[in-house]
Amino acid sequence: MQSIGEAFGLAIALVLSGDADLIEIVLLSLRVSLTATALACVIGLPIGALVAIGRFWGRSAVLIVMNALMGLPPVVVGLLVYLYLSRSGPLGFLGLLYTPTAMIIAQTILITPIVAALSRQVLEDLHAEYAEQFRSLCLTRLQTIQALLWDARYSLLTVGLAGFGRAVAEVGAVIIVGGNIDHLTRVMTTAIALETSKGDLALALALGIVLLVIALGVNAAVQSVRMTAARQAYV
Amino acid sequence: MSDATALMHLQTRAATGHAPLLPLKVRDLVLRFGEATVLDGLNLDLGPTGCTMIMGPNGSGKSLLLKLLHGLMQPSSGRIEWGGDAPEQATARQALVFQKPVLLRRSVAANIDFVLKARAKDTGGLDALLEHVGLAHKARQPARLLSGGEAQRLALARALATDPEVLFLDEPTASLDPASVLAIEEIVNEARARGVRIIFVTHDIGQARRMADDVVFLHRGRIAEHCAAAEFFPEPRSAAARDYLNGRIVV
Amino acid sequence: MLARKLTATAVALVIGSAAWAQESIIVQSTTSTANSGLYDYLLPIFQGETGIQVNVVAVGTGQAIKNAENCDGDVLLVHAKASEEKFVAAGFGTERTDLMYNDFVIVGPAADPAGVGGMNDVQGAMAKIAEEGALFASRGDDSGTHKKEMALWADTGVDPTAASGAWYRETGSGMGATLNAGIGMGAYVMTDRATWISFGNKQDYQIAVQGDEDMFNQYGVIPVNPAKCPSVNVDAAQTFADWLISDAGQDAIAAYKVADQQLFFPNAPDS
Repeated sequence: MQSIGEAFGLAIALVLSGDADLIEIVLLSLRVSLTATALACVIGLPIGALVAIGRFWGRSAVLIVMNALMGLPPVVVGLLVYLYLSRSGPLGFLGLLYTPTAMIIAQTILITPIVAALSRQVLEDLHAEYAEQFRSLCLTRLQTIQALLWDARYSLLTVGLAGFGRAVAEVGAVIIVGGNIDHLTRVMTTAIALETSKGDLALALALGIVLLVIALGVNAAVQSVRMTAARQAYV
Repeated sequence: MSDATALMHLQTRAATGHAPLLPLKVRDLVLRFGEATVLDGLNLDLGPTGCTMIMGPNGSGKSLLLKLLHGLMQPSSGRIEWGGDAPEQATARQALVFQKPVLLRRSVAANIDFVLKARAKDTGGLDALLEHVGLAHKARQPARLLSGGEAQRLALARALATDPEVLFLDEPTASLDPASVLAIEEIVNEARARGVRIIFVTHDIGQARRMADDVVFLHRGRIAEHCAAAEFFPEPRSAAARDYLNGRIVV
Repeated sequence: MLARKLTATAVALVIGSAAWAQESIIVQSTTSTANSGLYDYLLPIFQGETGIQVNVVAVGTGQAIKNAENCDGDVLLVHAKASEEKFVAAGFGTERTDLMYNDFVIVGPAADPAGVGGMNDVQGAMAKIAEEGALFASRGDDSGTHKKEMALWADTGVDPTAASGAWYRETGSGMGATLNAGIGMGAYVMTDRATWISFGNKQDYQIAVQGDEDMFNQYGVIPVNPAKCPSVNVDAAQTFADWLISDAGQDAIAAYKVADQQLFFPNAPDS
């Protein structure tokens, strides 16, 4: 219990000191996870939209698979990406293993199903409201998807947030494909794992607190955007 | 509210170049939901101009008939024959205003802009259209914060933005205050004057008297009568219509 | 618009990561050398002399060897001599060189439930732990430490895996995680001395068994063979390996201390 109080003190001291290593790690965490979230949205939102408005054979099977993939274990994703990016793997020639790019790829794969499955639900609910009006206007499928994505944009922010939360908190995938290399691929979670394995539990917990505060900040920013939108009945 | 010059962009129907959609022929139209027959063998002929009021008690199938005519639903059997070269494209040449307007989560102007862009139309007419429905001063405001009357005027403006040849209205003024009702009616009348064919579902007998050229009275999934408004209101032929106009419960 | 920006970002990331690859190497390493802070001490000295950036991936010896066999490293630095020689014999490494040593110790709670405190006969101590059924936490992860531990059990004539889940607990984790787990459950743990000295969560644990020459822990360094792995940065890798076994490197290893204790003892052959 003593180490919890110590950890809080240490966390505050770390932040106040503006430690260069800490800043580097925090920035890399944000860069990797925010990029992965953006990519996951670019891939996952159209998939979610297509499934939301589509009526096709095997749709319920697709829904089950999409929902199940939300629970992809990070270690498995990390391993798969490792096997592909390894020098002896099919994409080894790219030389991406142990780079931030590899970490972005792994996290993108990890959270794209989350973005797709959650956005599918959001867009399907909105489509239930708009469908008849859109058919009356003879919108094409592409126009329908564009309109749904735009009108659900504030709800989809929350979907993106769920993906970001998962990405920034996971350690299993990035430690395998990133290698936790100091000053290159070390992010908050792998740093926490490292300090834990060194038995420096107070520092590990302090880093955890910093991570939590960052996640809180991102959430608060999104929430304030949503509240502004809600006042205009855009949510 | 209206300004004739502001409407210059709205084409008169003669200018479209298509073969006209009307007259409309409906033959032996049947709609079933499982065991229930909700529309039972309708036959209907509608002429090229004017405002047809569809009336009838709740559950008589008025809204379903409108959706069938607009192509949002398929009948179980029977035929709906619009004129024109490509009947399957009839929906695109019509517009429907729902009882509860479905407004996008955007500004007033963006709700219309969206339709103009979707139909690849010149967006230059947007301001005139908003002016026409009295919403120019609210163009930048969120559409879903409009009052009921304003929201319905916006829905109407959006329908008109598609330059429809036929305008369906499904109880658009139910639950609106009298001034809002009159504002809607004025816009609809102007559209009719430009040659837009109006097909209007209403429960408001006063409104029907003000606007109808002819009346289709539906009862229990059948057309109880279809005649000119001048004949219908003084002396309806069917007992159901008589009871309905007298405010008695009709099932 | 957004999509275009993202693509640009992705391209920039790929190009960016290719750019650093030029004057840097990846060392597939055992964890003890990384967790004890040795690299934090050595690498700035090496980089200062050569300008070569060394990126360390610290995993268990077993995984480090596998990763190197997949060509995902330029230099291998581990501590399992038999596996290392197999690695070289299979052509994955050019040459194995003894680098440094320290020793393994068995740490245990102050209460010392098996009564092995102060022993220097490791097989005797392990037999006693097994006999008493005192908790023993094993790495269980095919790491260098785990391989050493299994060899010692074999010498002892005890098959601890028969009691797996009972008094013998295989964590399947790294050294630090296994120490945390072992300390949490009051189990004896075998660890290399370097990790133990620099470990921060000792609680009431002390070294119970040490000093047996069978607990000698030899580290070796092997450049990955470009014949098997054309992608290796062969010159920089060789420069690093050569530097480690040079007088400068050996002196630097000897100079690294935690809490006034030397963690690694250089023993590269004179070249």
